[in-house]
Amino acid sequence: MSTNSILDRQHMDIVIVGHVDHGKSTVIGRLMADTDSLPEGKLEQVKAMCAANSRPFEYAFLLDALKNEQAQGITIDTARCFFKTEKRHYIINDAPGHIEFLKNMVTGAARAEAALLVIDAGEGVQENSKRHGYMVSMLGVKQLCVLVNKMDLVDYSEAKFEAIKTEYTDFLEQLGVHPTAFIPVSAREGVNIAASPKAEMPWYDGMTVLEQVDGFEKSRGDSDKTFRLPVQDIYKFTASDDDRRIVAGTVTTGTVRVGDGVRFLPSGKESVVKSVEGFSMPVQTEAEAGHATGVTLTTQIYIKPGELMVRLDQPQPKVSRRFRVNMFWMGRPPMVMGKQYKLKVGAASVSAELAEVIQVLDASELSSVSNKKQVDRHDVAECIIETTRPIAFDLRNELEMTGRVVIVDDFEIAGAGVILEALDDTGSVMAEHIQQREFAWERGLVTNEERSERYGNVGKLIILHGEYGCGKRRTAKQLERALFDMGHKTYYFGISNYFEELDHDARTRDRARENHLEKLGDLARVITDAGSLLITTVTDADDFDLERLKMMTAPIEIFVVNLGENQFDNFPIDVALPYRPEMDNAIKTIVDTMKAKGILLK
Amino acid sequence: MNQLDQLESKSIHILREAYREFSNLCMLWSIGKDSTVMLWLARKAFFGHCPLPLVHVDTSFKIPKMITYRDDLARKWNLNMVVGQNKEAIANKQTFPDGALTRLQCCKALKSEALKHTLSGEWERMRLNHTTGEYEVDANKEPYTGVIVGVRSDEEGSRSKERYFSPRDRQNDWDVDDQPPELWSQYKTDFSPGTHVRIHPLLDWTELNLWEYIQRENIPLVDLYFDRGEGTRYRSLGCGPCTSCVESTSKNVDDVVEEIRSGKFANIAERSGRAQDKDDGGGLETLRRDGYM
Repeated sequence: MSTNSILDRQHMDIVIVGHVDHGKSTVIGRLMADTDSLPEGKLEQVKAMCAANSRPFEYAFLLDALKNEQAQGITIDTARCFFKTEKRHYIINDAPGHIEFLKNMVTGAARAEAALLVIDAGEGVQENSKRHGYMVSMLGVKQLCVLVNKMDLVDYSEAKFEAIKTEYTDFLEQLGVHPTAFIPVSAREGVNIAASPKAEMPWYDGMTVLEQVDGFEKSRGDSDKTFRLPVQDIYKFTASDDDRRIVAGTVTTGTVRVGDGVRFLPSGKESVVKSVEGFSMPVQTEAEAGHATGVTLTTQIYIKPGELMVRLDQPQPKVSRRFRVNMFWMGRPPMVMGKQYKLKVGAASVSAELAEVIQVLDASELSSVSNKKQVDRHDVAECIIETTRPIAFDLRNELEMTGRVVIVDDFEIAGAGVILEALDDTGSVMAEHIQQREFAWERGLVTNEERSERYGNVGKLIILHGEYGCGKRRTAKQLERALFDMGHKTYYFGISNYFEELDHDARTRDRARENHLEKLGDLARVITDAGSLLITTVTDADDFDLERLKMMTAPIEIFVVNLGENQFDNFPIDVALPYRPEMDNAIKTIVDTMKAKGILLK
Repeated sequence: MNQLDQLESKSIHILREAYREFSNLCMLWSIGKDSTVMLWLARKAFFGHCPLPLVHVDTSFKIPKMITYRDDLARKWNLNMVVGQNKEAIANKQTFPDGALTRLQCCKALKSEALKHTLSGEWERMRLNHTTGEYEVDANKEPYTGVIVGVRSDEEGSRSKERYFSPRDRQNDWDVDDQPPELWSQYKTDFSPGTHVRIHPLLDWTELNLWEYIQRENIPLVDLYFDRGEGTRYRSLGCGPCTSCVESTSKNVDDVVEEIRSGKFANIAERSGRAQDKDDGGGLETLRRDGYM
């Protein structure tokens, strides 16, 4: 093999699915044996083992490498086998057919570019034949070939084959799936896997399985689509004398070049690509779909991991907190309303909850149930999901890869789905919460004006914001002291410190922080309405956090003091202080501004 | 993108995902070609740097050249090198070469146990001080909650069922029957306290892919992998007493690539020189369940 052919050689992941006992493992065993892909001696070893255990040899045993699996005789997990033809190297994922192991089947299928779906000629189309067909199409596998197996048990009957072909084609049509082919085979006898079945099935003149596998097409053209790069991280290895600030991630679709204007969503920040970075490789000027890459920008902007990087000159993704999805659930506990889950999309993860179940689909019958309030294990459901903060995504039928979400329940990936539609925020869980709160709000006989006159100030939430160690807590406490000594009604609420020191694990902290901000919003609404100046600190917030606090404390506006670099895009800062400011000046600046803005009346 | 580019990008993506999600993350470096490729991929992922500690379990029976090579590269690439060992078993001669244990028992004691307690921080960790050039006791006793391991699906049966992100419980147990789903570049990065996650960036690579990549990237390997004039070389590296050479006259990476691609090793399993595999009827599963890498 020449060096050129290594570079050209293709690699493809395929998955084999179907109802339990329809013969998937046998098909793979045959494919491996017939393509000479087994390690030397493996076939003999398995045959010897079968002889020792007085069991007839089956090709399926080749795959059942694990002891417990041999004991049960069924595939429980996706095993991966390697086989090669002249044309390509393949990884074939053997997905279990049993419903209990759906999450394993999904793992195998989601990796694949093409699927072989096996149906037993004798048993015909079964529940999981249909379910798997549905799942494979939902997971985004574009090419599906149906193998009608065990033809030897139905005397290689053309009529049997045609009946299954007709029935299953009808089913697939409802999903909008068009199979590449239906192939009659007997994996056990090795008929129509690698060799043509002239003797057994003279009526068949289509492809063998091997010809079909090599005939699957490699997906191409991802580089020509709209550019998307979910930002995994922002690296700066200053400790190793490296001053580059690199935005790192894998390009899901499209291409980006040096000089391209780019936007990061949901923050909306913009810049221009200055360089495409790499290590131990020639200088690059572009990065295309599939590349794990990194870029530097011409300007210093503050962006967070999880944002979606897009090009200014191309169609923009959706940014929303509410969307309609088609999803399936693998978790043992059902997905229920009112519970906080974690949703992952691209490189982002946010808290999310189930807002509405529109309908639950029985994947094997394609009939729907519309009055369910939860999504049970193995359900496929159309529902509305709401996240605590906006996320950037594409719709499934526009850009599939950035339109996929998974849902984590109690540390486990329990659900997965595709986004069908972005919805607006009205009627969101938070808006409803505020509406209910305000509706129930009963006023006393004392007016806000009377309170202001007595206290010498209007009620206000004062937020000291900045990164860890910027001096905001010290400033907050001194501010409380100063305002109190001036005779104002004020209170320093210090519990947010807890969230900085709580845990170094960013994810746990994020979730705790979301809850904290929500509680702070409710608390501030009460205390500011009582006429007080509530002082608190917040670390590493973004525009959305402040917008939300503002919405929750309305009608009283919030007053923001920022220490150090201003990370906000649009949200107006009332006072900008340096990192670790000199205290007397800092307090004076804050107090003066509060006077100028009419917060302090005396 | 060709196949090597695809494999490289996916591995880098997984490494970056692990680095972002786990605050106590380390990478196992066995000094062999697989984990050395993984180390190279980490330097690619982090643009020339390796911000993770590299953990090596030294059984004291490793071929001496491996240790020299390890420390040379650690200095050259400024690696955060951490070494663990079952000092008690070695001191008390409770090993296979000392005649006290079977091969499998020895693997369990010197590798699995040593690794388990080094990762948990219960046993002393030695860390390379780049200023003095010497190893000293590491002050960090925090358990590693994310461990990057260079296993590949094609090595043997049990490894073909691994996930890219694979949870292990407090006892290091791997529940092979109930693994998390993994789809669309979304991995299990959430874990309950007391558990940890193994991360497998090389899962999709074959032995041939690795050698082609070593060739393309010019990655420096310990020269035990090559014939140094005696007509033999190591195909897989382990402890001296349990790893044998194969007959081969491959003197450099190009020769090895040719040998594996189409020559005499094209259809012979890589680990055939590892004696412990044969002592366990079901492959390495017993050891794997116990935390063997």
